[in-house]
Amino acid sequence: MPTNHALEFPGGYTRSVGPVIGRFLSELRDGKLVGVRAESGRVVFPPLEYDPANGHSVTDEFVEVGPGGVVESFAWVAEPLASHPLDRPFAWALIRPDGADTAILHALDVGELARGAEAPKRLRIGMRVRPDFLPATERIGDIADIRAFRPDVTMITAPSRLEYDIKPGRALDRFLEGVSEGRILGHRCPVCAKVIVPMKGLCPKDGVPTTEEVEVSHTGTVTTFAVNNLPDPRAPEVPFVSAYVLLDGSDIAMVALVSGIPADQVRMGMRVRAVWKPREEWGRTITNIRWFEPIDEPDVPFESIAEYM
Amino acid sequence: MKDIAIVAFTQSRHSAEENGLSETEMLLPLITGVKEQVGVSRFDFTCSGSNDYLLGAPFSFVSALDAVGAWPPISESHVEMDGAWALYEAWVKMQYADIETALVYGFGKPSQGSLREILARGYDPYYLAPLGIDAVSMAALQARAYLARSGAKEGDLTAIAARSRAAGRDNPFALSLDDPAADAPYDVAPLRVHDVAPEADGAAVVVLATGDKVAEISARTGLTPAWIRGIDHRADPHSPGVRDLSVSPSARLAGQKAGAAGVEVAELHVQYSHEELILREALDLGDDVVVNPSGGPLAANPMMAAGLIRIGEAAARIHRGENRRTLGHATSGPCLQQNLVAVLEA
Repeated sequence: MPTNHALEFPGGYTRSVGPVIGRFLSELRDGKLVGVRAESGRVVFPPLEYDPANGHSVTDEFVEVGPGGVVESFAWVAEPLASHPLDRPFAWALIRPDGADTAILHALDVGELARGAEAPKRLRIGMRVRPDFLPATERIGDIADIRAFRPDVTMITAPSRLEYDIKPGRALDRFLEGVSEGRILGHRCPVCAKVIVPMKGLCPKDGVPTTEEVEVSHTGTVTTFAVNNLPDPRAPEVPFVSAYVLLDGSDIAMVALVSGIPADQVRMGMRVRAVWKPREEWGRTITNIRWFEPIDEPDVPFESIAEYM
Repeated sequence: MKDIAIVAFTQSRHSAEENGLSETEMLLPLITGVKEQVGVSRFDFTCSGSNDYLLGAPFSFVSALDAVGAWPPISESHVEMDGAWALYEAWVKMQYADIETALVYGFGKPSQGSLREILARGYDPYYLAPLGIDAVSMAALQARAYLARSGAKEGDLTAIAARSRAAGRDNPFALSLDDPAADAPYDVAPLRVHDVAPEADGAAVVVLATGDKVAEISARTGLTPAWIRGIDHRADPHSPGVRDLSVSPSARLAGQKAGAAGVEVAELHVQYSHEELILREALDLGDDVVVNPSGGPLAANPMMAAGLIRIGEAAARIHRGENRRTLGHATSGPCLQQNLVAVLEA
């Protein structure tokens, strides 16, 4: 039977830090990064008492470096240990601040990520970073006075929202009036006799005004379609299907969502019916029709919809 | 310089799980067995390598001496490192003292604690230890630096793990590990779980001899002595931020000083897949050099013994007449900081 055994020196070890490391830690408490100059002119950071290149004592010249720096190597910790400084995925990184000739090892926080997450693409050697210091009153002169380094700001997300009050025009206004009553209206062209849904007040083919109103069916035929795999606020789920639906009695296909069938089973020539939202949710908008769903009728042969592609 | 040979080597069947034995109980059958094998029950010098932090008890190596039989008093020393450095101390001692036999052993039981955090206690207390960085994260930083500099791919690392595990399955002392899974997760990226040597409990014992004792013992064991033709160890700066992690200057220098050129087999202390590539480059090992036919630490990594085992495995190939010139390597510290190279010949 194992017995638990903890090894701990109560209060931790008390160590003298000496004038070189002491200077670094004191400056760190003030929110500054300093390196020490070696005889060769190289700036050793974080400072050591000797130049690691040749073992000679360093000079007593301290040089402020950074705070910005560059990642020289990194390791991605997807599942942090209890001993680690962050409890979400982060990188250990070797970071050389501007003006320094050697690197510091520290944590690099690239933002909120779920445990187990892979490293973000932008994390790479050469990435620019800078330290995220604890607030001045919490700094004690310890390497952890830097909570972590964080990537430099290289991108922002600018607000993109504008609002408009749209006037639909007389023809579309009339169409929306129909939709708000559960009817689908079109115009018949006096020249070609085709029924245009939604009506535009003109025939785009003949270029003549249209006024003769025709109410068309809520059933129709899918003439062509696309499977969308990116989420869209209008779509019920991903993947969703947007299709051209040629309503019975009309001669122009309307763009609509198709649902109630797996995306990979939607086909050209498939018969569908409009599914309306509950009446209490209706407004003056085409979205009163939630989507189209298949009906139990044989597919329409391709030749009869070929001209509506 | 005295000619000194490795005349015997033995190791435990390493275990990835706590097997209920104390360190002393793990060592006793090995030391008893090697004494019988070489026909020597009292050695002129005894030196061991271990780490008290693995057990969490100061001077824990002292109780392991019970397995040696330290009464009447013996000449004894200990290094707080892998047993490979105990072998180096014994070799130095034999060079200047009037002694002919030395018993060297290394042992460790990482199963009793958190190895990656224990190893971190060896990091400098000002800049590294307070961060809580662990040994595997440190190695992953080096792996990234090596991949970026060399252009090697993660698949090259997996290939090393696969070859090592396959070799380990043929080694009765190593663990029996499956081939790396195609979808193996990262431990600390870019190192996947199979790129990190599996922790194991284990021990190893080596006997060194010089002078008339070599022929005397070899006649009894029937083994070809493995002469130590060169042995050297070097260290790079401790801080990972002051050196180029993609190379190992200390391994290169130790290899040159020990005379690594022309070896047929190299047993390398590879605790992470990428280290084999860095060491091959540093030691200038060509494609014709067989690396880690035992499986190496990637097939079983008994802490504080794994480096000594590399030298022991290199010696055993000469003992059995399989090779004439072999190399054993041991490392210590973060990111291949310290490296020891021994070149052995029939």
